[in-house]
Amino acid sequence: MNAPLLSLAIWVPIGAALLVLALGGDRNAPLQRWIALAGALAGFAVTLPLYAGFDTATAQMQFVEAAPWIRQFNVNYHLGVDGISMLFVILNSFITVLVVIAGWSVIGSRVGQYYASFLMLSGVMNGVFAALDGVLFYVFFEATLIPMFIIIGVWGGPNRVYAAVKFFLYTLAGSLLMLIALLYLYGKSGGSFAVLDWHKLPLSLSAQTWLFFGFLLAFAVKVPMWPVHTWLPDAHVEAPTGGSVVLAAIMLKLGAYGFIRFSLPILPDAARSLAWLMIALSLIAVVYIGLVALVQVDLKKLIAYSSISHMGFVTLGFFVFNAWGVEGALVQMISHGFVSAALFLCVGVLYDRMHTRMIADYGGVVNTMPRFASLMMLFAMANSGLPATSGFVGEFMVIMGAMQANFWLAFAAATTLVFGAAYTLWMVKRVVFGAVANEHVGALKDLEPRELVVLGLLAVAVLAMGIYPLPLTEVMHASVDELLRHVAQPKL
Amino acid sequence: MSVAFLLSHLRALPEMLLLVGACALMIADLLSKDERRRLSFWFAQAVLALCFLATLYVIAESEGTRNTIFYGMFVSDLLSHVLKLFAYVAVSAALVYSRQYLFDRGLLRGEFLTLLLFALLGVMVMASANSFITVYLGLELLSLCLYAMVALNRDVAASTEAAMKYFVLGALASGLLLYGMSMIYGATGSLVLPEVAARAGALAAGSESARTLLVFGLVFVVAGLAFKLGVVPFHMWIPDVYQGASTAVTLVIGTAPKIAAFAMALRLLVNGLPGLAVDWQQMLVVLAVLSMALGNLTAIAQSNLKRMLAYSTIAHMGFMLLGLLSGVVGGNNLNAQDAYGAAMFYTAVYVLMSLGAFGVLLLASRKGFECERLEDMKGMNRRDPWVAFLMLLMMFSLAGVPPLAGFYAKFAVISAVVQAGQVWLAVAAVVFSLIGAFYYLRVVKLMYFDDPAGDLAPAGGGGARVLLSVNGLALLAIGVLPQGLMELCQVAIRSL
Repeated sequence: MNAPLLSLAIWVPIGAALLVLALGGDRNAPLQRWIALAGALAGFAVTLPLYAGFDTATAQMQFVEAAPWIRQFNVNYHLGVDGISMLFVILNSFITVLVVIAGWSVIGSRVGQYYASFLMLSGVMNGVFAALDGVLFYVFFEATLIPMFIIIGVWGGPNRVYAAVKFFLYTLAGSLLMLIALLYLYGKSGGSFAVLDWHKLPLSLSAQTWLFFGFLLAFAVKVPMWPVHTWLPDAHVEAPTGGSVVLAAIMLKLGAYGFIRFSLPILPDAARSLAWLMIALSLIAVVYIGLVALVQVDLKKLIAYSSISHMGFVTLGFFVFNAWGVEGALVQMISHGFVSAALFLCVGVLYDRMHTRMIADYGGVVNTMPRFASLMMLFAMANSGLPATSGFVGEFMVIMGAMQANFWLAFAAATTLVFGAAYTLWMVKRVVFGAVANEHVGALKDLEPRELVVLGLLAVAVLAMGIYPLPLTEVMHASVDELLRHVAQPKL
Repeated sequence: MSVAFLLSHLRALPEMLLLVGACALMIADLLSKDERRRLSFWFAQAVLALCFLATLYVIAESEGTRNTIFYGMFVSDLLSHVLKLFAYVAVSAALVYSRQYLFDRGLLRGEFLTLLLFALLGVMVMASANSFITVYLGLELLSLCLYAMVALNRDVAASTEAAMKYFVLGALASGLLLYGMSMIYGATGSLVLPEVAARAGALAAGSESARTLLVFGLVFVVAGLAFKLGVVPFHMWIPDVYQGASTAVTLVIGTAPKIAAFAMALRLLVNGLPGLAVDWQQMLVVLAVLSMALGNLTAIAQSNLKRMLAYSTIAHMGFMLLGLLSGVVGGNNLNAQDAYGAAMFYTAVYVLMSLGAFGVLLLASRKGFECERLEDMKGMNRRDPWVAFLMLLMMFSLAGVPPLAGFYAKFAVISAVVQAGQVWLAVAAVVFSLIGAFYYLRVVKLMYFDDPAGDLAPAGGGGARVLLSVNGLALLAIGVLPQGLMELCQVAIRSL
């Protein structure tokens, strides 16, 4: 296995994006669509050997590539994946294919720019997951902002400018302090930006605490954790369907991934001493945001709040520091990647037909769109954590992990099973079931083949993960054990 | 006088060529009847190209060693050569960008070209200055040319007003600078910078009274310097001059003179007064923080794009100062090469961004229409997607978002600041950059999210368009591979 697979996973989509851009304006829209699809498929194809060739026995970085990049600062183009990051590279590339298909006939203006933005975003996000150098990570992490800003701002809803600027400034504010943290680590480690070296770097508790907060702000905004979550509902509501999908399915994972790659192993003592804070914030997200989701009248806002609540589960899993919790959180991240993507796509399907996201405008969709209704029901069930769907596996594991730490913690976390079911199913009841609400709903047409393919693929993924999650968990074991070993070891 | 002695003056060959070229241009232009000034334009470009080659020749001939000529007044080291190369590129690009704009407004006259070349000569003299006198000579040559260029558009009241303001405040600053220099001369008894450095170092370590005199002089020198850099609280002229001058002249003021100001800061403070580093670093901290704060906050309130970029300049120069002030930590200068190299990289990248941003304004202006308000950017993506994309690159680079060159400039400077142990200063720097991101973002928002206001006529074309593409893509290229330029800056600084 000598091909630079990770580089390909990063640069194939970006190359396709440049090609699409080079084709110019909307005259060439059909060709641009096909090239974008080819680029996305090629990008997905090069990530598959990552799984096939992955050695599950080791926690070492695999598929490593390293080359000097900026010699003055000892910055290297250093890529590699372990059992944690590899899955996200594949997930990201897979979601990109779906996004390209989902936008096929929906996006009518500036088609080339639309697809180029998504392909670039995809390549850059693969870069975030694969980067093993602090500066490289930061560059990719920040570079995601530009395409997303454009996506929300150009193809978004009526209040898109506000949402785009808010999104950009919030995330930039978070990550700038991370830059100082990275530079501090660079100085402390005697001039190295290698993340794996930092894992072994001894640091005093006060330094660790400061650095922890530096990273926390960057990652917490991205996750997003309560109380810095307010950009997400705005961004989701205004973004086009594809933007919401990528935002929920992948972009939120960047923050959570940051905790795993930076905060926990580099700053284990601070992480342990501040775990109470992180757990408290996570529980607030799970419980309070779950309740907030219950009262939403806008479909996309409801799913956005549900995302925050589910991501609260992820951070909770990380900070109970046991294998159940961390692996459960990772499974939850991937599951949420599929489920939230699917739900946003479902809303997109409805929105494309009705041009409204208000729950009150719907009712009885099942009468006119039976196939859609059954798929949406499945995803709703997965969102509320029904056994045999992917949503159950992650939540169950995290609750087990929390149980090992503290019974009441697990109890509070488990309330999500009630709230999650409540807001999701109530939403489905109001939108899908009942009598046909108005003549617009009566005139709805069921899924086109294109939409059926996208939602069908996601349905297969959700069910497969729920019934047989072993292929997923077995690749993470070694890496998670290694991570927990790092966290347990004081490095004062 | 031996031949070898005469030949040693070839180290100033680029300056000589430029002086001769500028004089020849002045005369040749009198004979030219061409409306478009083809001859003069290409002659000026040829002179610049010759100077470029001559500088390369001097580098090759001196093999990167440091030499002084004219009795120690003029230094020829790698730093001066590299800064001169940057300046040629900046001036050459400025000529290309502004040609059509000036022609449309009847300003494309021999005066403009000649003054521009003489201004460049001033920049070069400052880059090679090794004595207070040379610094001052270069500075005045540059400033007087710039005053005249601002006033060139003499029928426009705003330009005349800007020129007056610039002149009066500039003269005041020169006075302050001279006053400070005279005090330092009084204390040290020398005008040549290395000698000043040696004696001032000894004096500062010695008696308290001599130190007081030196610091007193230093305050005035720093004030004069701050004026030329345009940092708070000596920034008053920048917004008015940027807005009042015709965009072509603003482009000139915003580029090559920044290189000169950087050179002047290095020569006066680092070369001339390293013994007082503790003192001037404190002053620069105040200037830098105030500039970043005021520049970024005030830029938000601007509706005129040129004025907004003026405040952005103030903020950027403040940021650059952060690099200059983190070179010496606790009396040792281990951090010096990284810190000054970072400041130089910052300056180079800033000049590139500034060129591009004003280049877009020039390209989007037409006869009878000045593209200078924020609204003029509206819907640029519909009118001309490529120019909009280039402007997007400039704006994100100015905001310091990776993977663009502006990010590495900020990165290198913040790195130097953190390594100097001044983490709080780094935090202030990033907080103000965050505030700054907002107004750059607003330009992108206007170009991409808003519908075009008024007519749909695309921006101008020709050579300027090609160069603008190169300029924008260079920011991206430096962003992806910053190694080369960074190395060049560090090597240049090592010769200091």
